[in-house]
Amino acid sequence: MKRYDAIVIGAGHNGLTNAAYLAKAGLDVLVVERNPYIGGATVSRELYKGWLYSNCSYVCSLLRPEIARDLELPRHGLQVVPYGGGVTFMQNGDYFGNYADHERQHREIARHSQRDANAYDRFQADVTKQTRLIRPFLMRTPPDPTSFKPRDIKELLYLAKAFTDLGEETLADTLRFWTMSIGDFLDEYFETDVLKAHLAGSGIIGTALGVYSPGTAYVLLHHYMGDVDGNIGAWGFARGGMGAVAEALAKALQAYGGEIRVDAEVDQIIVAHGKVKGVALVGGDELHADIVVSNLDPKRTFTRIMAASDLPADVVTKAKNFKIRGSSGKVNIALDGLPTFHGLDRASELMISDMHIIDSMERMERAYDDWKNGTWSQDPYVDMLIPTQVDPTMAPPGKHMMSIFVQYVPPTLATGDWTDADRDAFGKTVIDQISKYSPDFKDLILDAEIRTPRELEDEVGLTEGNIFQGELTFDQLLFNRPFPGYAQYRGPVRGMYLCGSGTHPGGGVMAAPGANAAREIFRDLRRPNLVPEAYADD
Amino acid sequence: MIRAHDDRRVLHTPFHSRVEAACEINEWEDWKGYTTPVAYTDVELEYFAIRNSCGVFDLTPMTKYRITGPDAGSYLDRLLTRNIAKLAIGQVMYACWCNDAGQVLDDGTLFRLDDNVYRICSQERHLDWLLWSAMGFNVQIEDETEAVAALAFQGPTSCAVLKRMGFAGVENLKPYRFDSFAFSQGEILISRTGFTGDLGYELWVTPEVAESLWDQLMAAGRDYGIRPFGGTALGIARIEAGFIQAGVDFVPAQDAVRTGRSRSPYELGLGWLVHLKKSNFNGRKALIEEKANGSRHNLARLLVEGNKPANNSFIFDRKDNLLGTVTSATWSPTTKSNLAFASLDSPWGRPGDELYAEIYYIRELKWTRVIERCHVVEGAFFDPKRRHATPAWDF
Repeated sequence: MKRYDAIVIGAGHNGLTNAAYLAKAGLDVLVVERNPYIGGATVSRELYKGWLYSNCSYVCSLLRPEIARDLELPRHGLQVVPYGGGVTFMQNGDYFGNYADHERQHREIARHSQRDANAYDRFQADVTKQTRLIRPFLMRTPPDPTSFKPRDIKELLYLAKAFTDLGEETLADTLRFWTMSIGDFLDEYFETDVLKAHLAGSGIIGTALGVYSPGTAYVLLHHYMGDVDGNIGAWGFARGGMGAVAEALAKALQAYGGEIRVDAEVDQIIVAHGKVKGVALVGGDELHADIVVSNLDPKRTFTRIMAASDLPADVVTKAKNFKIRGSSGKVNIALDGLPTFHGLDRASELMISDMHIIDSMERMERAYDDWKNGTWSQDPYVDMLIPTQVDPTMAPPGKHMMSIFVQYVPPTLATGDWTDADRDAFGKTVIDQISKYSPDFKDLILDAEIRTPRELEDEVGLTEGNIFQGELTFDQLLFNRPFPGYAQYRGPVRGMYLCGSGTHPGGGVMAAPGANAAREIFRDLRRPNLVPEAYADD
Repeated sequence: MIRAHDDRRVLHTPFHSRVEAACEINEWEDWKGYTTPVAYTDVELEYFAIRNSCGVFDLTPMTKYRITGPDAGSYLDRLLTRNIAKLAIGQVMYACWCNDAGQVLDDGTLFRLDDNVYRICSQERHLDWLLWSAMGFNVQIEDETEAVAALAFQGPTSCAVLKRMGFAGVENLKPYRFDSFAFSQGEILISRTGFTGDLGYELWVTPEVAESLWDQLMAAGRDYGIRPFGGTALGIARIEAGFIQAGVDFVPAQDAVRTGRSRSPYELGLGWLVHLKKSNFNGRKALIEEKANGSRHNLARLLVEGNKPANNSFIFDRKDNLLGTVTSATWSPTTKSNLAFASLDSPWGRPGDELYAEIYYIRELKWTRVIERCHVVEGAFFDPKRRHATPAWDF
């Protein structure tokens, strides 16, 4: 039987990134994937003839440009096309348009409040200060604050310097920012409900917290720290859908000589004498390697494909306690034409932007109350996009694909586990909600794929359907991600590593966890590091 | 009250029909959302209109706030670093304002329109900060940028043209003074102010009469060499006059995201605008500390040897130590010299300091690098007598 140098479990973007770096270093690498297709949550599938659905992640900003360039993803077919701005439809028939152009944005905010229009500049500068603090750490391994190893001390000093360089006032802001709620944060800048609701969305997406829950301000930062071509905070469409990211990574991996095996579900990571030996597949095959890297979330990794008896008790406990609550669903729709929205010209560039429904933070908090009560939000927050206005590859000409991210959706219902009837009822709630703002929307629907946390867990493998592989709260960030003592990508068993979004710096299709894990593996193998450093910005 | 949607990509000033017709080379730039000409015909001709005859510049997009109310005076005294107690009705004052850390948010002009009525004109927008600072004061602050159409009318023959338009006594306006005159069934406010360092005025009207003002001005100025000018010509004139510009020579503190990139008034050569003896104003505590402990930077006005403009140049000392960078630079057609502003590390920028600029220039696609000696100058590079003379000269 063939022996590999390394086996990566899961062909999500981080697994592929990790494997690509290992293969680039000359290791014999195999990626095993449970599904018949690759991509994990970075996937586009033709689920309706002629239409490609990016049925999990749907837009691209956080993908580290250093990695995209280093692995030659553009040469392997990845093209990211920026889009601008956003819009929130209001119950009174009006809308708030968050234009990408600063002056138009100013004018549009001023339409609601002149003061807020000016305060937005202060907000933008303050958020930018925070993104500038975090960005250099995306491509670094977090230090262990309890360690006295020279490397950890050096890294802690680097961290300390970055913090003190902020200056007293910004440092104080940072400590508050990382722990406060997005609602409280926005209240310090703005008076307009719709503007706050529009911006608050970024603080709760994928997070089982409300706009007034502490910790949600950081989640906003997580959505602002990416960039497209150096425009920090900008988002783009991957041409061909988010699956194009995984496809390009797979091609890079294969170009370096790595292999991918689909329809290969890992039953268990084989451990002997405190070291990994390989993986046992469902069906009985065993594949051997001294390095096994899990792209699965920490909870799934440690509680589903590893035996508790092979692990330290504290790891099993920490994995069980890991906060990875499902909070969102997804509806993907094939449309017979471009829908119209109240008050918005179909030619407006706002049609090609993040379209939201929910015009006040109070409604957002109520939407969260439903989640707590064990039901999907009856007045749900949605983040909708119609990428086919820009991307000619995802639907026939004149037809459209609409991606609808929905918050909040609980992992289990008060009535028990999700049923197909519940799923369809949830889909109806979402479609009815959008129809209130788009009179012709329903008539244009050709097909709808409805995904609750149940489908996200069963099909993609994300525990509870949590899109970030674990919540992005400060207790689970940086050297606490996924849990203290295991934030440097090494598992508790020799030769075993984690490389998914459940590790630093978290989810959002960054590919940084996969690359950072590769760097640690190179270190353990005493091989030269091939993972690039972050671009500087001073 | 929510206003109607405004989905226009760019705004037009109330002078736009005239500006567009005059903008023969069709070169435009964005200025706070308004489309404005970079130049109309020929930068050289436009520049020499400012220095030799007279030129017209549409400055409507400049941010304008109207401040009214019983506490307007004490409020402004708290907002601005300068002592405004002596500002009379009909007078204008150059001023700057800081955040609590003593870092400059902007500079601009303050008009005292009436007892408790003021106008602040500035490059950047500040409503949020103005309202923060207004807590505890009985004042109203209103953005009147759109409500006031304005032209800068600058140059040696500007006063003669205004007299010809019938604004009797306009020649008696002293620098930094303004007055109201009857105009087109309403009134026009004329201030002897400007950004060119020459004899010149700024004309303030309601948008409805803007086109009529432009037309009458052009008609009256026909025999006086009148010519509209764009941002490029103004940029040369303001450097000659020694005026700094927000966003060019300093980063307004509210926009600065990198530690240490903002500047205090002392670091911009605006120390003369800071009156620490005032009991309370925004940034006072920090500025007292800076005054005691010293500043980090100096903004120096430099005469650069040679004739290659020192745009974006690094400035070094004799031993090649990097001291700072040039923020603005131009060849000066009037003084026939090579001018620059540079932000330098303290204590550099003193008269007599030995400074060198590293200048790159291109000739037929070949880049050349030269090192030129720079001489620190205090005050304006060009300051003609006609700028100060009252009554104003005819040419």
